[in-house]
Amino acid sequence: MNFLHHLGKYSMMLSSAFARPERTRVYVRRLIDEAYSLGVSSLGIVAVVSLFMGAVITLNTAYQLVSPLISPSVIGSVVSDSTILELAPTICSLVLAGKVGSNIATELGSMRVSEQIDALDVMGVNSIGFLIWPKIMGFIITLPVLIVISMFLSLLGGYTIGNATGIVSGAAFIEGAQSVFRTYTFVFAMIKTFTFAFIISSVSSYQGYYVDGGSIDVGKSATRSVVFSCVLILISDYTLAQLLLLN
Amino acid sequence: MSIKIKNLFKSFGEKEVLKDINVEFEVGKSNMIIGGSGSGKTVLMKCIVGLMEPTSGKIMYDDMDFVSMKGKDKRNLRVNLGMLFQYSALFDSMSVADNVAFPLRMFSTKSPKEIKKRVDFCLDRVNLPDAALLLPDEISGGMKKRVGIARAIALNPKYLFCDEPNSGLDPITAAVIDELIKEITEEFKTTTVINTHDMKSVMDFGDNIIFLKDGVVQWKGTNDELRVSDDEVLNGFVNASQFLDKDHK
Repeated sequence: MNFLHHLGKYSMMLSSAFARPERTRVYVRRLIDEAYSLGVSSLGIVAVVSLFMGAVITLNTAYQLVSPLISPSVIGSVVSDSTILELAPTICSLVLAGKVGSNIATELGSMRVSEQIDALDVMGVNSIGFLIWPKIMGFIITLPVLIVISMFLSLLGGYTIGNATGIVSGAAFIEGAQSVFRTYTFVFAMIKTFTFAFIISSVSSYQGYYVDGGSIDVGKSATRSVVFSCVLILISDYTLAQLLLLN
Repeated sequence: MSIKIKNLFKSFGEKEVLKDINVEFEVGKSNMIIGGSGSGKTVLMKCIVGLMEPTSGKIMYDDMDFVSMKGKDKRNLRVNLGMLFQYSALFDSMSVADNVAFPLRMFSTKSPKEIKKRVDFCLDRVNLPDAALLLPDEISGGMKKRVGIARAIALNPKYLFCDEPNSGLDPITAAVIDELIKEITEEFKTTTVINTHDMKSVMDFGDNIIFLKDGVVQWKGTNDELRVSDDEVLNGFVNASQFLDKDHK
């Protein structure tokens, strides 16, 4: 019952979020602000995670390829495929569920407890649309860009470490990466990314917007937003793989 | 432009918080809702401004029932409501000027130049002409209340609601806020509803007073009637404010 109650409330929140805006210009300005604060400001953490991710996969793959019969270019293939298909979209989204998700829930929760959301409602502003729509759309626009950057940086990390340690030459790494690249893999990664962006932004918004209580409850809502987002990302990751890769 | 509350009930589960409220708030007057903690003042005000839905009853704004209103009509009416919140509820990511300009940008058709002029006027009106570029974090509690008033009057509302307007303020600042609300009520002919337990404000500028106790209207009347009331519960509440004994009774 409780699950259905939350599902219904979440659906109603989404329908209000996508209702017609009172003043389009104001919403567009908010969208730009949110795209910057949620997406662009996450570039640093995405870059660090991606570079190390690529480097570590290169080392791990090399460690497991003990046979001299296997070409070192396979390392490039493994790093490329696993990065594009799984690691860049999923790992980065999990990391951003922590950073962006808690940010959204805390911001909205603080606005709720300090009556700022009530102030919007009394004025006649659709507070859900005004606050949540720009966050969802801003993140849906910026996360795919971040994931593409992550893919590139992850491959760069693998290429650099492979070259620097002598595990695999730069040319062999690139050859391996190119040999397995398929457009559909990239399209699949983008479908996952849009899904994850929607999950992180909407679930965290729901947790923050409906906070009831004080500062302790704001903290709890931030924690819940991260946990629920991560679990839903993993579930949808599996579901999408099952639906789009094996059917 | 008056507000009439008819047979209003509000319950939370089994608990009945408001019981059969019947009151009228007059135009151009300071209508005060008083009562102890837990008497239902805040719930009543939240029902009146639409932040809570009553269990039953009517809230009539100019003979239009706010409770049964939907969508666009409700939104249009809300544009005529201004509210000063207990903790000001300023948008902390916006400057003072942007806070005041916010309702104008959302609901008026004014040009940026006209909006700026109106913002300057509202900030002047609350004696904060130099605070426009400051953030809410950079101003005092009293200034925040004044910015809250400036934001509330930006769209020239017909109805002004103030929830505990001078709570947490020193007596001098509280008197300034009271005076400002009184002036604005008279100047703009707003129907002002003030939720307070500050008896000094009530005595100084309350025109009509409603006393709530345990969710019921225990007493209602004018300021003069309050001074000579023989309602024991009301007098018990009023006399608990020490200053009254000296200055007002």
